[in-house]
Amino acid sequence: MATVTATRGGRAASGVARPNASGRGRRTVLWVLLAVGIVAVWEGLKAVGGTPWRTPGSLPGPNNPVLWNPPFRWPLVNDLNLPHVWNIWLAFLDPWQRGADRNVAQFLFDAALFTWREAALGFVCGAGIGLILATIFVHSRWLERAFVPYVVASQTVPILAIGPMITYAFGGNVASVVIIATYLTFFPVTIAMIRGLRSLDPRALELTRSYAASPWDVYRKLRLPASLPYLFTALKIAATASIVGAIIGEGPGGIPNGLGRVLDTYNQYYITGPEKLWAAIIACGLLGVTFFLLVRLAEVLVLRGRPAAADG
Amino acid sequence: MTDPHSAPSGAVPVVRISGVDKTFTRGDSILTKALEAIDLDVNLGEFISFIGPSGCGKSTLLRIVGDLTSPTSGTVTVNGKTAERARRDRDYGMVFQAPVLFDWRTVEDNVKLPLEILGQDAATRTKRAREMLELVELGDFLKHHPYQLSGGMQQRVAIARALAFQPSILLMDEPFGALDEMTRERMNGEVLRIWQQTGTTILFVTHSIPEAVFLSSRVVVMSARPGRIAKVIDIDLPRPRNEDSRETRRYFELVTEVREVLRAGGGSLDDAATVDAGGSLERALAEGPIG
Repeated sequence: MATVTATRGGRAASGVARPNASGRGRRTVLWVLLAVGIVAVWEGLKAVGGTPWRTPGSLPGPNNPVLWNPPFRWPLVNDLNLPHVWNIWLAFLDPWQRGADRNVAQFLFDAALFTWREAALGFVCGAGIGLILATIFVHSRWLERAFVPYVVASQTVPILAIGPMITYAFGGNVASVVIIATYLTFFPVTIAMIRGLRSLDPRALELTRSYAASPWDVYRKLRLPASLPYLFTALKIAATASIVGAIIGEGPGGIPNGLGRVLDTYNQYYITGPEKLWAAIIACGLLGVTFFLLVRLAEVLVLRGRPAAADG
Repeated sequence: MTDPHSAPSGAVPVVRISGVDKTFTRGDSILTKALEAIDLDVNLGEFISFIGPSGCGKSTLLRIVGDLTSPTSGTVTVNGKTAERARRDRDYGMVFQAPVLFDWRTVEDNVKLPLEILGQDAATRTKRAREMLELVELGDFLKHHPYQLSGGMQQRVAIARALAFQPSILLMDEPFGALDEMTRERMNGEVLRIWQQTGTTILFVTHSIPEAVFLSSRVVVMSARPGRIAKVIDIDLPRPRNEDSRETRRYFELVTEVREVLRAGGGSLDDAATVDAGGSLERALAEGPIG
């Protein structure tokens, strides 16, 4: 008869093994291969059906002869819809707008940092609200049944509809952006923590009953530690969601310093410089990945010594 | 005393079970009569085993004594108090079939858990946890995590944890049921040694006749549907017992006696695998799916 702990032990056997040097090396190689593959497909398509190729960073004209003339013309992969990878790369070094002394990379970095601050604030608020809600629901079936449907319903309303409303209510300032980021963040944390705080083996609760432990002790010493793997799974989702929330919120909020406005601006100049919008999109992606990795780092540190800590 | 299962005269009853019934109901309909008219006295320092077919309510009885569930009628008195009072006074140490250890805590910290809840200071906790782990011979594994130990070692940690706050009664619900026969026999020796060293009163639920006879001062044989005490058998094997005790003539006689009472009770241990009503049902409900 396999016991619960025995199966945990089984999972441990595979989970405890930290990725060794060769495993990490293999992962890096795979990652590089994937990146190279994407670029190859991207440029391959352009080589077959794109706009005539010229020197990187140059505009069409008599001084810039055509280097390669693709046999087909597929609109989807022309220079407007799918700019050359190197031109996107070069766009990072362009002035962020005509005559500016800072380049796109610096500009995007500052904007990303600004957006990240909003997102992080929303992330912390959302995680806190999620944790409090889950704690309440776990201790009261009645409140859980009454309110969880509304928590779920809150997420079916498009944020695009809520954003302007929040902006009207709280004014076009950073607070409204933080509220939107919070709104997108509390949900995964609530749902995951309802499960996480209930993930204790029921016999563990009998054990604490035999210790005559207070509900607070049970929560602090057992429920919360047992729920941490669930919490971090939710926080990883919440990290990326908070970035999306902040970027979307900056639009109606009229915040000039964040990535939301940058996307908006480069969107308007897409026809003359599509590479800049691509650069901004890459910046958004990098910001999301960075935040995700920060949470992942915290997870590894906090869950050190647990059998599943090494799992993604 | 008219009680048919009362303790020998002069002994102090630590646990007094009188007229306990337990009926499981769903809505208004009676689902099972798990226990009926249970009377039993357990003396100070006794090692008492409960054995019987699945559904005889032996685990339920243990849970009633430990105040994890309450009887439908009848009373349980522990150290002169109600079972609930005794639980609040931390008179019980509990060991289940699964060790129920916490992976994020080291072995030492698992044993410290009840001491933290009791509010003992750090130095006392460390001292006490180490003593207990020495007692179960796991002194070299303080900093290991539970998942790094074998099943038998995990169960020893659970025993150390149960003993950590010096409960006057140890309730053990098939603690070695998940272990292989070899480990089980070794654990039997361990638990006997611990019992002799600590003098704790032990109530022990088991499916194994040899285990019950080898360990106990008395074996309570139960019959099923409804759960009743069929017979209480005094185990007069001399102490200290060791592996040789298992090969004596008296040992075999007692094993045979327990077996015959079980057979006469209408239940055989072979139907232990079927999840039946009564104790197993309630445990299944309480614990969810276990292996």
